[in-house]
Amino acid sequence: MSNSLRIDNLHANVEGTDQKILKGLNLEVPKGEVHAIMGPNGSGKSTLSKVMAGNEEYEVTEGSIFMDDTNLLDLDIDERSRAGFFLAFQYPHEIPGVSSANFIRAALQARLPKGEEIDAVAYYKSLYEKMDLLGMDRKFTARSVNEGFSGGEKKRNEVLQMLMLDPTYAVLDETDSGLDIDALRIVAEGVNNMRGPDKGFLVITHYQRLLDYIVPDVVHVMADGQIIKSGDKSLALELEEKGYDWVTAELAATA
Amino acid sequence: MADQATLDAVSIDQSEGNFTFPEDYKHDAGYGLSESTIDYISDVKKEKDWIREFRKKALKVFDSKPLPTNWATKDLENIDFDAIRYYLSKGQAPTRSWDEVPDDVKETFERLGIPEKERKFLAGVEAQFDSEAAYSNVKEELEKQGVIFVNSTEGLREHEEIFRPWFGKVIPTGDNKFSALNSAVFSGGSFIYVPPGVKVAHPLQAYFRINAENFGQFERTLIIVDEGAEVTYMEGCTAPKFETSTLHSAVVELVAMKDAKIQYITVQNWSNNVFNLVTKRGLAHENAEIRWIDCNIGSRLTMKYPGVIMKGRKARGEVVSIALANDGQMQDTGAKMIHAADETTSNVIAKSISVGEGCSVYRGQVHIPKHLKGCKNNTECDALLINSKSRTDTYPAITVRGNQHATQHEASVSQVSEDQIFYMQQRGLNEGEAMSLSVNGFVNDLVREFPMEYSVELKRLIDMEMEGSVG
Repeated sequence: MSNSLRIDNLHANVEGTDQKILKGLNLEVPKGEVHAIMGPNGSGKSTLSKVMAGNEEYEVTEGSIFMDDTNLLDLDIDERSRAGFFLAFQYPHEIPGVSSANFIRAALQARLPKGEEIDAVAYYKSLYEKMDLLGMDRKFTARSVNEGFSGGEKKRNEVLQMLMLDPTYAVLDETDSGLDIDALRIVAEGVNNMRGPDKGFLVITHYQRLLDYIVPDVVHVMADGQIIKSGDKSLALELEEKGYDWVTAELAATA
Repeated sequence: MADQATLDAVSIDQSEGNFTFPEDYKHDAGYGLSESTIDYISDVKKEKDWIREFRKKALKVFDSKPLPTNWATKDLENIDFDAIRYYLSKGQAPTRSWDEVPDDVKETFERLGIPEKERKFLAGVEAQFDSEAAYSNVKEELEKQGVIFVNSTEGLREHEEIFRPWFGKVIPTGDNKFSALNSAVFSGGSFIYVPPGVKVAHPLQAYFRINAENFGQFERTLIIVDEGAEVTYMEGCTAPKFETSTLHSAVVELVAMKDAKIQYITVQNWSNNVFNLVTKRGLAHENAEIRWIDCNIGSRLTMKYPGVIMKGRKARGEVVSIALANDGQMQDTGAKMIHAADETTSNVIAKSISVGEGCSVYRGQVHIPKHLKGCKNNTECDALLINSKSRTDTYPAITVRGNQHATQHEASVSQVSEDQIFYMQQRGLNEGEAMSLSVNGFVNDLVREFPMEYSVELKRLIDMEMEGSVG
């Protein structure tokens, strides 16, 4: 029994083209740890998260993604989710007419065996608890998913869904973008609240500041479809100070 | 809010609709349509001469009118009028007790959950099997108040003085080719009269079932609600999936006298080889209100434009329409609002969903003549497209003359994107569930206005239709 989210030699193209985005990426996030991926625009960070989730815009040409002993590449998008994989989106989609409460409920319902119904009372109790933790107004439950939400509300909603669905591994794709410092603190608190020996997190971010609140065990630097350097959290500070060119230059020097 | 028992009771599992019993008919008018077909029907029904003449005149109108393919789909040309049987019945009068209904017919309606619904929340039920009602019953207290709820044959025979004056008056025979066809061969349907001041608290329901292949169902409904009275009527329809196409062509006339209210709800789920060509119109007198709630799911082609003629001052008309066109289906629906008095108000809200190669068309007509004052119309039509092959067309025709009126028209087209489906799938919903949720979200604001029982029913139908649309 392996206990990690493990990516080996992952290659992926934009579906139907030979435009390569991931070029032999290796990464392992053991349970109980929080890893961060940082990297310049266009390095393939968001693509990595979408490929892990099973988005059909990309085609995996080589390599593997294992979640514990489950080969994610064998599963459909929704099966990956139900198996315990969660992606907090950089740009969460609107679902007009579907209330947030109903959406989360439908997602939980999809995890139950056929014929079994969610206990509505217990559901709302749990939902309200988590909303309180994230400082969300009760009115939020009746609003259509992400429709007319501010950037901060969308991100909080992603974290709320994560808390409710309680995945084993979660990838947060630039969850900090568009957040002011207070919202950032609240979102981080939601993540920290979930941290534990049975959970693994991969936090994709452009900026160091999120990592002040969600302190990572390991920081990876991604460039041109690969992880090019890994280190402890001081690496994030160093990146912030010296910029990404520093890593790529260092890499070129050792090559 | 309805309790769980009620909700269970009203859910008709339409997937259960795909079954048929061997044919065993006493009366069969045979294939094709001629004067002798009409004589056959009139003889079986022992009709008065004026009805026979009404039918024969209608046949001439039907023969003389071309198919409306100058504006409607050419698919109409695929209806083979000679390959249809126009009247089929077991020769039994409708009973008031399910125990007396022939076994196969009773089993049909039991599988569709009708007797149970009746026990749980309906004030009256009529169940039509091919051409004639097999069962018809209305709660005793309503009967005592003078409410009449019978089929068309009985209505014209037993209550001629009530129904004849309005019969064919709201929708004249020559309104269109299919109203003429219905007028020639009509059978079954509901004739309802609600006396002045009687407010029927629970809905009356009719259920139309096609059992035989190569058959046409032509029910005729006339609902007259007298001064200050109110009624809600609900119709449901199913047919098995036959190899050949089936024709359903109804005429529904509503008459709301002064201060009366009629709500007419259709939730239909025809199988995808039914041509569903229906004419529905209501006449609203002073301060009366007619509301059509029309949900069209399934069928090969539906053409239906419920209308309200607002004849009296302050009359109100409303059409709330939801159409779902799946692969290979066409929903050509809309509304007609004819303002014929001062201070009349009409409201049209139409939402269509097109999936795969399904096609939805909205045709709306609003007419406000120059000599009137203080009329209002609001029209909103929204279309949702699921995948790029879908198409949708909108043909609003708003004729407003004079400058003392207020009209408003809004239209929108939106699309369920792959990204949206991906987002929902990432949360654990499969593709069918995700599409279903999008569609339910799209119609949500309308469905909220439905009586609870029917909104639950509609949601279930959408879920089933969307589950089935995933390849």
